[in-house]
Amino acid sequence: MKMSEKGTCCCAGCCEEVLVTPYDEKDMWIAGKIRTQAGIVPVVSTEICFKDRLGAWKVRWGIGRMNYRVSPGLYAVGTPDESSPVLVSANYKLTFDLLRKELTGLDCWILILDTKGVNVWCAAGKGTFGTAELINRIAKTGLSQIVSHRRLILPQLGAVGVSAHEVTRQTGFSVLYGPVRAKDIKTYVASGYVATEEMRTVKFTVRDRLVLTPVEMVQAIKISLSVFGVMYLINLFAARPFGLKDFIAYIGAVITGTVLTPLLLPLIPGRAFAFKGALTGLIWTAAYVFHNNWLAPESLLLGIGYLLALPSISAYLAMNFTGSSTYTSFSGVTKEMKIALPIIISSLLIGVVLLLIYRLA
Amino acid sequence: MKHKYLRNVATLCLTAEKCIGCGRCAEVCPHSVFVISGEKAVIKDINSCMECGACAMNCPVKAISVNASVGCVAAIIKGWFTGSEPSCDCSGDGECC
Repeated sequence: MKMSEKGTCCCAGCCEEVLVTPYDEKDMWIAGKIRTQAGIVPVVSTEICFKDRLGAWKVRWGIGRMNYRVSPGLYAVGTPDESSPVLVSANYKLTFDLLRKELTGLDCWILILDTKGVNVWCAAGKGTFGTAELINRIAKTGLSQIVSHRRLILPQLGAVGVSAHEVTRQTGFSVLYGPVRAKDIKTYVASGYVATEEMRTVKFTVRDRLVLTPVEMVQAIKISLSVFGVMYLINLFAARPFGLKDFIAYIGAVITGTVLTPLLLPLIPGRAFAFKGALTGLIWTAAYVFHNNWLAPESLLLGIGYLLALPSISAYLAMNFTGSSTYTSFSGVTKEMKIALPIIISSLLIGVVLLLIYRLA
Repeated sequence: MKHKYLRNVATLCLTAEKCIGCGRCAEVCPHSVFVISGEKAVIKDINSCMECGACAMNCPVKAISVNASVGCVAAIIKGWFTGSEPSCDCSGDGECC
């Protein structure tokens, strides 16, 4: 790796090298270091290695998701100098990797804010990707000694937490809101910082939704373990114990709510997520109930019980996906919940009571 | 396909008299709710507003108000129980946005 030798050591005659950003040389994604007026800045690789892919896969399944971080501070990509652009991002490793892998061939600085390991948009919503942290991080890294220009490029979704005019007022740095997605950054920089309508539009494609479903499913299944526990206890003194078919019916409703509804989201009629979930849940339950002929007189309670209970579960799980979506508002979700929750709870309760009567009597 | 959520719920409000037409709101809005027309911002599509608050945050003359919060069931329920402002606090096992 070619290293630019901009600036000398911090002070004449001293050999202590000041680190602008703490880093571990053993990390695969560290490609070297660069000397600046403010100290040593680590250079990051734009290559994604197996360990990064494994890490991304793990957090998508909810393993160690809240502790997948890089140190906040300044990083370099390529061989940037004092005129190179500064990109601002979050210290969630998944975000950091998505960003750096799009920067091949670009010479730039990356200013990583301390967002407690949360992605840009969510962190901006919480205020950790925010005005105060940005101002603080500019000061801590000595950015104004490292670059001669006064321009920061923030991801557009960071605007939720950052007040651009306030940052300019307090630091002199002007804020440019760049594209929503990291893959557009090179085009954005090459075009002289023009973010097209396309680059600024938030999408929520099938792929975007698909990668979010494992965490939803894992969490629903974790809660389901206690449901299975209760089923097991009931089986100890049930006249007609729960079996494999009940398990399939239930898991089907969970998958319908956490995977199928999110995937088919815009295709399912209705606007409220709970309605969409209830509809797909009802289709699944009806199909399975008919398949098992549970509406026959001797198992009618079972059939009706499931028709009430399972779509409620799908509806709730689908409604929970509002938190992962990119377009639901607080007012909208509150309204949806006020209508849907009483229906979900009562339908679920009646369904469970019918099931219990059938199993125990 | 553009996603559509509930209509007529957004709390977004623009005071046209204060607006200086800088265009920041249109720039930061993730759902193209604003257009700049005749040197003033205009709310074009309020039903796409997700109340993220980016516009109000970046309006230099405070011409925009919105009850910015998170559209997340888990966060809202938590808010009801704890009596606090709903927040995208996904620490621990909780999942949201």
